[in-house]
Amino acid sequence: MSSKNINKKVLSGNHSVAYGVKLSKASVISAYPITPQTAIIEKLSEFVERGELKARIIKVESEHSALAATFGAALGGARAFTATSSHGLLYMHEWLHWVSRSRIPVVMAIVTRTIGLPWNIWPDHSDYMDQRDTGWIMTFGMDNQEVLDLTLQAFKLSEDPDIYLPVIVGLEGFVLGGTYMPVILPDEREAEDFVGERAQPYTIDPKNPIAIGNMTLPEGTEEMFMDMQKSMMNVYKKAKEIDSEYGKIFGRSYGGLTACYKCEDAKYMMVTMGAWSGDAIEAVNVLRSEGYPVGLLRVRYFRPMPTEDYKKYLFNSKMTIVFDRSISYGSTGSIYQDVISSLHLASSKINVVHNVIAGIGGVDMTLKDFYEIFRSFLKQYESGDESNKVVWYHKGVMNNFSFE
Amino acid sequence: MREHVLPGDAACPGCPIPIGLKTVAAAFNGNAVLVIPACCTSVVVGTYPYSSLKMNIVHTPFASSASVASGLREALKQRGLEDTQVIVWAGDGGTADIGMASLSGAAERNEDIIYIMYDNEAYMNTGIQRSSSTPIKAWTTTTPVYGKSEPKKDVARIMIAHNVPYVATASIAYPQDLYQKLKKAQEIRGFRFIQLHSPCPVGWRFDASKTVEVARLAVETGMWILYEYFDNKLRVSGPSMPVIKEGKIKPIEDYIKIQRRFSNINGEGILEIQRMRDNNIEWIKKLL
Repeated sequence: MSSKNINKKVLSGNHSVAYGVKLSKASVISAYPITPQTAIIEKLSEFVERGELKARIIKVESEHSALAATFGAALGGARAFTATSSHGLLYMHEWLHWVSRSRIPVVMAIVTRTIGLPWNIWPDHSDYMDQRDTGWIMTFGMDNQEVLDLTLQAFKLSEDPDIYLPVIVGLEGFVLGGTYMPVILPDEREAEDFVGERAQPYTIDPKNPIAIGNMTLPEGTEEMFMDMQKSMMNVYKKAKEIDSEYGKIFGRSYGGLTACYKCEDAKYMMVTMGAWSGDAIEAVNVLRSEGYPVGLLRVRYFRPMPTEDYKKYLFNSKMTIVFDRSISYGSTGSIYQDVISSLHLASSKINVVHNVIAGIGGVDMTLKDFYEIFRSFLKQYESGDESNKVVWYHKGVMNNFSFE
Repeated sequence: MREHVLPGDAACPGCPIPIGLKTVAAAFNGNAVLVIPACCTSVVVGTYPYSSLKMNIVHTPFASSASVASGLREALKQRGLEDTQVIVWAGDGGTADIGMASLSGAAERNEDIIYIMYDNEAYMNTGIQRSSSTPIKAWTTTTPVYGKSEPKKDVARIMIAHNVPYVATASIAYPQDLYQKLKKAQEIRGFRFIQLHSPCPVGWRFDASKTVEVARLAVETGMWILYEYFDNKLRVSGPSMPVIKEGKIKPIEDYIKIQRRFSNINGEGILEIQRMRDNNIEWIKKLL
């Protein structure tokens, strides 16, 4: 743990992101206001206007332009950042593909919020999941401290020569974004050293002209996409290394693409991502006190898919419940799809894995909900029913959407 | 000019784009980054790993070239590369239509970039569909029978309303005039906009050898007026002087009859085009 000036502040999740960006010394920031992201860009504007952060904030007329300006700045050699939510993110979607395919490192915070209609400002993961196939590394924090730490790690990972892909830092709007908790701020100098000098695969240089994005023949395009997949695979190792280095300097590390809670001796597992993991962990504690050997695997990196961790921690679980806060209509939750395909990569014979869709549109999920869902599935399992269920949990009722 | 605009591009015969690019390259001696949204030029500059331009090129999605240029400008400035011009080179679709919001945003922020709209008056890259910059009565593949029913959107006039430091119109028939305007723009910092009239032989249906002639006729008939707007003043440029100052104006039929995109036009249609032209000239005169 760094001994120098441990600076603890009570910060919202949004402000934690802003501090992470400040400590990472981003020099161009571009964003458009949208609830519940706005506080990030407001705080960064304050840092810049007070002279605490030497950066320009390009106040654009839309999210589409926000990521475009971020891309332009990154291309020109600046460490660049943007943030958005929900419809802003969807409006930006085209640009997510463009940025990842350019291989230019940038970081974006997604303060998740459900998608309209109806108008709804509460969080789920629908907006985030819509970016699944854009080629961005997709991380998600559980609390404000992790969100800050992830932001610093995201810049370092994005700018690693083995990676050179853009990174998303996810956090739920309001649940984290607008909720305050004590956060330890890394020492400024140590943070700067940790993130390091800006690195990128190529930069606009008037003396050595380059053409970015010229038309290619099909083979050229496919080759570039294969390179993206290769870099994605490098994230497994790099993310762990970066997290471990972070732990050595700042005293906090989270593991790798996932974080495990009481997994070692668990016979049953839950899989979650985001802030509600806290409620689920409390449910694990209650269930443990009642003698049920339950563990929880928390997804920190949705992309690349944490296949090895799914195999390692879930393959021997007799019954696993995957909680998804979004749905691919007519199919299942996205994390569930990942878990099933990962386990099938290990063996075609896998144990029971249920999918619970819940918390959509910002519906609150409490310790009690996680507890009762587990008990209900356990009862079914103990009665000898080993079929996989896909349910939509709504107002305490398990609506069965199994594909039978 | 051959130093920066190389032989072997993928332009159609008679394409006005290389003429414009050569003038831009000459004016800035290649010290520029061209930000190019989806448009004919995306193809004209060639296929990876080759490029027909010895200048930095950044291709962007359709709607956002002015925003990319804004970010790029800031990053280059932070690196001390103030003299490298960041130039958007965009067609009328990427400017007058899908790119209008980002253009307006960058202009309102007075970003230190040069925005050149090369105006070939339709979506030529996708096969001659109408744009808001297509003139009234012109045939396109999406105005196939009666021609376009709305008049041409005047983007330069919209940019004047943004109070940016420099707005100009130009024509590929007058490269010296364009060159001078680019040089003038180079002296000014902040947002600069140039609308470059660029007749397209394929889309306008005229012989590929007549590109410059058609462009010149547009100016001589008053269908395209060359001017500069800066310091809150409008100045008519040399080639348009006879039209505005001396009333020496060729009949619009000279311009219309040379292009088959107006081949279905009748007498009433010609009068309508003439009215548009006369109103434009009146507007210019009011600002002089």
